[in-house]
Amino acid sequence: MSDTELRSEQPEDAVAERLSSAPVEGDAPVGIGALGWLRWTWRQLTSMRVALILLFMLSLAAIPGSLIPQTSENAFKVQTWKAAHKGLTPLYDKLQLFDVYSSVWFSAIYILLFVSLAGCIVPRTWQFVGVLRAKPPTAPANLTRMPVYAAWRTDTDPAAAVAAAQRLLRKRRFRAHVSGGAVAAEKGYLREVGNLLFHLSLFALLAGFAWASLASGQGGKLVVEGDGFSNTMTQLDDFSGSALYGPEDLDPFGFKLDGFTDTYQSTGDHIGEARSFVAHIHYWQGADPTKLKTGDISVNSPLEIAGSKVYLIGHGYAPVITVRDSSGKVVYHDAVPFLPQDSNLTSTGVVKVGDYGQKDGKKVQLGFSGFFLPTAPVQFDQSTGPRSLFPGDAAPALVLNAFAGDLGTDSGLPQNVYQLDMSHLSQLKQDGQPAHIRLSPGEGWTLPDGYGSLTFDGYKKWATFSVSHRPGNSVALTGAVLAIAGLVGSLFVQRRRIWVRAVATPDGRTLVELAGLTRSESAKIAEELAELAVDLQDDAPALEDDAPADDESEPAGAASAPADETKE
Amino acid sequence: MSLLASATGVNSQLADLSNKCIWSAMGVYVLAMFAHMFEWTFGSKGAVARRSVEQASLADAAAAAASPAAAAKKAKKVTVTVAAAGGGTTTLTRTALAGEGATVVTSGRGDGEQAVDGPGAAGSSERADMFGRIAISLTVLGALLNVAGVAFRGFSVMRPPWGNMYEFSCAFSLTMVSAYLILLALGKNVRWLGLPAVLAAALTLGLATSVLYTDSEQLVPALHSYWLAIHVSCAIICGGAFYAAFASTAAYLGRESYDKRKAAGLPNGPFKIPASVFERMPATPTLDKLSYRINAMVFPLWTFTIIAGAIWAEAAWGKYWEWDPKETWSFITWVVYAAYLHARATAGWKGRKAGYLALLAFACFLFNYYGVNIFITGKHSYAGVG
Repeated sequence: MSDTELRSEQPEDAVAERLSSAPVEGDAPVGIGALGWLRWTWRQLTSMRVALILLFMLSLAAIPGSLIPQTSENAFKVQTWKAAHKGLTPLYDKLQLFDVYSSVWFSAIYILLFVSLAGCIVPRTWQFVGVLRAKPPTAPANLTRMPVYAAWRTDTDPAAAVAAAQRLLRKRRFRAHVSGGAVAAEKGYLREVGNLLFHLSLFALLAGFAWASLASGQGGKLVVEGDGFSNTMTQLDDFSGSALYGPEDLDPFGFKLDGFTDTYQSTGDHIGEARSFVAHIHYWQGADPTKLKTGDISVNSPLEIAGSKVYLIGHGYAPVITVRDSSGKVVYHDAVPFLPQDSNLTSTGVVKVGDYGQKDGKKVQLGFSGFFLPTAPVQFDQSTGPRSLFPGDAAPALVLNAFAGDLGTDSGLPQNVYQLDMSHLSQLKQDGQPAHIRLSPGEGWTLPDGYGSLTFDGYKKWATFSVSHRPGNSVALTGAVLAIAGLVGSLFVQRRRIWVRAVATPDGRTLVELAGLTRSESAKIAEELAELAVDLQDDAPALEDDAPADDESEPAGAASAPADETKE
Repeated sequence: MSLLASATGVNSQLADLSNKCIWSAMGVYVLAMFAHMFEWTFGSKGAVARRSVEQASLADAAAAAASPAAAAKKAKKVTVTVAAAGGGTTTLTRTALAGEGATVVTSGRGDGEQAVDGPGAAGSSERADMFGRIAISLTVLGALLNVAGVAFRGFSVMRPPWGNMYEFSCAFSLTMVSAYLILLALGKNVRWLGLPAVLAAALTLGLATSVLYTDSEQLVPALHSYWLAIHVSCAIICGGAFYAAFASTAAYLGRESYDKRKAAGLPNGPFKIPASVFERMPATPTLDKLSYRINAMVFPLWTFTIIAGAIWAEAAWGKYWEWDPKETWSFITWVVYAAYLHARATAGWKGRKAGYLALLAFACFLFNYYGVNIFITGKHSYAGVG
């Protein structure tokens, strides 16, 4: 698709002078009838002009996706946008502007582009195979009409000069053969190879994309330090599969989070900015969870286990909380993940004590909600409430409110584990005020109204992981690497032809003519031809006091071309 | 349990030194810019000379090679006739002494129909030429200071110094100037490019030091990857080279329309730019070829930049392509450059239309750099701008 053509008016030269196997662009429809129109449409679609327009449309069509939030990228942002732009939403929805890259119109453009590409590349590949199987085209009748030309007269026998030229051209790794008293030579086939390779590898890229979208799945899981996880549907917090990768296809493996390390900038302008996150794990593959291996997962280095990759996505703190009833019996003991709300990891969360048992002969459940602050200020700002000052755990504190009543967990309906359903809960009061407490690790809280006690034993860290199964990456990568290799070939290699003709002149001498043809971009062909000519003069020395042959001294064998010197 | 990172390995002396180098580089670029302006101003009087010194000397050499003295030594001499785009011809003469390996290449001009490159910004004025030389020396000095600034910034934190927009911009100005200096060192006819190169470098550094500045610090974990060195440095190199091609395309379009206006009998170039500016520029085929060659050379590198980014994205985010705004705009830039390369080889599109596509492609590149970083939030939001 990217070669110019140098075409001559003369038919016998046309073959020789076409350096590229690019299809000749069609004109208007030939003949009337459905078939004619079909053929015309196909020619149009596979023409460079239409391919250019499609490329341009593709770049235009990609723009809205970068300006309007996309569901595939951030569904939450799309919801917020929709809420803020109620008037535009129905129109945008109809135009699929929230799913630009899977929309009908975007797909239509790239599918047409690929069809156009296939229509161009497939015939071109066959033509190129033909070119490789055939010999380089024989010399045009009039070599002076070629873009690069040199000539001199010598006493050497024409056959010897031609043989020498063929030897020299072969030494320069040209494909050269003698036909009709002239050497026809060609070099630089890698240009077309690169060109075809580049365009074909785009199909490999597309195949990789398609495979990935048909057969990948992604799940998310939050794991607290010390806890384990096995890659099954019941253990994943969320999962999105595809046509060929569902919950039953999940790769069998599991891991245990041994620890999580995070470091932060503690001075300067960028105080609190994260510097490193590493999750240390033990993992197993297959059905045997006893064969453990150790591994680390950090932000740029996922761990590949059993066909899935495990990525570190987020992290936070999980305070360890023990609740005892009035008799001192432990009714709750767990590390509860609190969710970060800001960059300093001010985290919110709830504790649901579902198995509190009975109080005063009635079934009661307890609920707590509040904040965990890794670095708490000495006193909270009244206007903002509890806010952490730094994401590292320099001065951890837990702030809780207490509720009693019915958590609603027994209703059978799924519940958000990070929120309390307040409809059947009432806040505990102390001295007429809502009961709340600020605790440091190790401290306890005697609950009002004889509900027992709560202790803040300490805290663990948690990390969220994304478990991703994405086949087709290697196909896409291979396609990409080949595409670059092809590009390098097609842009840096010059395909060129050189012809050398030696003919006897009526005065008993020999006229040696050299001509070269290449794309106009390269000036190197002139130098190459000059070097070849200089070398050839060792075998066929130029006659002294002899001017280079001009147009009048054309040999008898050369057909005289029309006088016009126009070059296309 | 978490380690409170103490003033994590920022060598503030080096960081300070880096800042001084960058400020100095900016100052020196501005001086170079003034020197180039003097060159263009004083050179306007000598613009009538349509043949550069270089071309004249080449023609002389060709004449000398063709002299009987050379022939007496049994020199092998070949003159190659090269058809030029405008219908004229040029010749290339190559001589070698018989029995000796060395060849001498000379080139000369054929008939006068060939488009002739202008003599350069200095015209035939010696004073202007001196200012031009001063400008080039200053540009080299500025580039050295710029290198030092980027290097010290990197050494102050022992990592590749491109973690935020201030750092990208410092490197970007360096690659822009380097692209120009490399072309100059290769003997290309690019002295006219000096003014646009130092102008852009000075502007980029000005923006970097005033708006985009942030202190030297370690990186956020998302950028802890050797792909930072590969992906980002490739992108910055592409930027510098694309800028040179952009300037060349703009010059081509200007000169092309000046040539047309001149043929129509109009005295000035487009936008009322005086004719003497265009007379001193290289001819349209030279400019067009230069911009094509740079773009064609850099396009595979740009492709690699995007692919390296995709590989990094796969490692960092789990998907190699998510249509993140940065990815999308790199893709758009790539497609427009691809369209330019195709257009230039297609009848009916080559010339001005292809030139406009090249300008558009560079505009996409710039938007991807400034626009996406500043106005659009995406996963590439490390720019360190508010």
